[in-house]
Amino acid sequence: MFTILKKQELAPSVKLFVVQAPLIARKCQPGQFVILRIDEDGERIPLTIADFDRAAGTITLIFQEVGHTTRQLGRLSAGDALLDLAGPLGKATHIEKFGTVVCVGGGIGVAPVYPIARAYKEAGNKVISIIGARNADLLILEQEMATISDVLYITTDDGSKGRKGLVIDPLKEMLAAGEKIDLVMAIGPVIMMKSVAEVTRPYGVHTIVSLNPIMVDGTGMCGGCRVSVGNKNKFACVDGPEFNAHEVDFDGLMARQKMYHSYERREHRCGGDCSCHR
Amino acid sequence: MSSIKHKMPEQQPEIRRRNFDEVALGYDDTTAKAEASRCLQCKTAPCRQGCPVGINIPAFIKHIREGDFTAAIDEIKTKNNLPAICGRVCPQEDQCEKFCVVGKKGEPVGIGRLERFAADYARARGRKQKVILPPEPLGKVAVIGAGPAGLSAAGDLARMGYKVTVFEALHAPGGVLMYGIPEFRLPKEIVRQEIEELKELGVEIVVNAVIGKTFTIDELLTEEGFDAVFIGTGAGLPHFMDIPGENLNGVYSANEFLTRVNLMKAYKFPEAGTPVHAGKRVAVVGAGNVAMDAARTALRLGAENVYIVYRRSEEEMPARAEEIEHAKEEGVEFRLLTNPVRIIGDERGWVKGLECIRMELGEPDESGRRKPVPIANSNFVLDVDTVIMAIGQGPNPLIQQTTPGLAVNKRGNITTDETGRTSKEGVFAGGDIVTGAATVIQAMGAGKKAAAAIHEYVQNKRKGARNSQ
Repeated sequence: MFTILKKQELAPSVKLFVVQAPLIARKCQPGQFVILRIDEDGERIPLTIADFDRAAGTITLIFQEVGHTTRQLGRLSAGDALLDLAGPLGKATHIEKFGTVVCVGGGIGVAPVYPIARAYKEAGNKVISIIGARNADLLILEQEMATISDVLYITTDDGSKGRKGLVIDPLKEMLAAGEKIDLVMAIGPVIMMKSVAEVTRPYGVHTIVSLNPIMVDGTGMCGGCRVSVGNKNKFACVDGPEFNAHEVDFDGLMARQKMYHSYERREHRCGGDCSCHR
Repeated sequence: MSSIKHKMPEQQPEIRRRNFDEVALGYDDTTAKAEASRCLQCKTAPCRQGCPVGINIPAFIKHIREGDFTAAIDEIKTKNNLPAICGRVCPQEDQCEKFCVVGKKGEPVGIGRLERFAADYARARGRKQKVILPPEPLGKVAVIGAGPAGLSAAGDLARMGYKVTVFEALHAPGGVLMYGIPEFRLPKEIVRQEIEELKELGVEIVVNAVIGKTFTIDELLTEEGFDAVFIGTGAGLPHFMDIPGENLNGVYSANEFLTRVNLMKAYKFPEAGTPVHAGKRVAVVGAGNVAMDAARTALRLGAENVYIVYRRSEEEMPARAEEIEHAKEEGVEFRLLTNPVRIIGDERGWVKGLECIRMELGEPDESGRRKPVPIANSNFVLDVDTVIMAIGQGPNPLIQQTTPGLAVNKRGNITTDETGRTSKEGVFAGGDIVTGAATVIQAMGAGKKAAAAIHEYVQNKRKGARNSQ
């Protein structure tokens, strides 16, 4: 069992857990993920590791309540425990001194971007971060990102915080102004990652995205997380989760993400008290 | 004496095709004794050469004939750590029964059915084997992967007196016995009970431990103090055909489809959290045991039409005859000499058909089987909404990626000598990770062989250490 030591609500339906997991905390690197299962009949779901504390033996998970399992997860409290937690899975982010790195985080995607951006900074890069959300309430980790970024842009769809617009807007301007960018790392909704890829493509700026497709085992066994990258099928769990954004078939990925939507809608096991009914 | 095996009662096809309960129901005492009486008790026991784990077959059958069923299971368990499982899923027709003298003039003795009977008899009575372990363990061995190879190695090493820790990446031990083989062929409760018995021998099982990630092999040998490591991580990377449309919704690897249903219990969604898209018309590509399992599972999930699509003919189908027979009885339709060329999707990205081409058999290929050749302009579309690829699996890459000095072949399988020794000192391997996808019992045989080699290695190493002191 993996005890939840701390629970915090970062935004409506976005929650942070600090979980006791010494074996995972000992080994995990930015960019890696875990597979968790809440209870005996539970689903296995992947979540990116948002932070870790090796000394304390803990990892931080940040999730948005979007489906059955994440809603169930959101109802747990500090002191409760997860039945299963496996990891760290996936390949770690390749960290070195590239020069100037732009880190883009959209919505809940800011959570996995944070430890990666911090590692780029520690490796001596100039880190320009762009974080965005639909509105000010949904914006997470602003303080944390500000601390480790040389420059931080904030965008919201409705302008309630930072600039009104999308995360790609500041990126477009930087590229148009001829600013030298050596690497772009973007994590967020698939549509956002696709937009970032389209923005950087004409400039030939190397762009990496971290994918979070549907997975079962997370160790290469089921092949459910396959995604076409450079016209070859890759398994996000063992070949990724990070890939060259200019080679990813984002449209295929978006279609596959919807595979179980009808199942999510059909079930109403929550008794009416969950966010799906609000 | 009857020239045919005593039949094992089965659930009727029209009933069982809609439930997940076990198909074969096992012998009762009388039938078991009668079947055991068909054994000639040959002194040379040719049947034994067909058993990868070396069970003394005539000896256990003699006990059954005499009605001493507990002596029978004790005899089996001196060699086989998982008899209730092997009695169900071993391809006995290609192993022990193939060499049975009675089989030369009729049907061989039902050795597998008798093994199953003895194991079930003991399980039903909660009878466990007594093992006397040495007060001080002979050494500490890590086993990676709690599937057939790993469990077999772990059981043998524990009986010899080793402290064995099995590391399993998934949340439940059993490997393919849990995630792959369906409940109706191998009830999960049986797998759990046989694993429980290994735990009683002192085997420790650590789940959620992904070796290569949570620990590396080198860490196990140095920091964690294991004398040796056995790798039995199996064939855990599904193959796809590389045809257009394979990423459409409604296309599964057999691994994923079966894992969702078996390990994750998707058949009881929404009580269990994992859904599965079963479909109304399902094509399963391939004709091995895994394909039959997937096809029969799809039927049980409510599919109206289930097709096996296979590019060769009936004769070349790799599945056991019994599995093919069961699938046919339940209504699985066989589209042989048929090869998929494209999966057709609708505007929402879901499967709506499988375009196939008809094949004919040409000259024998490198496998010795006649090579299927496409017949020009014979394309047609099979009307399906789900496609399950059951065309084999490659080796899981996690350990090879993270273990320097571990030699692999060009397919990525770990290379070993005949005892299971790898290129890396103290590291042994066996089962599908070495041979590519094979059977449960072959993996168990490899685990057993490696256990003997590990014992020799650890004792030599310890002797060497004592002598140099």
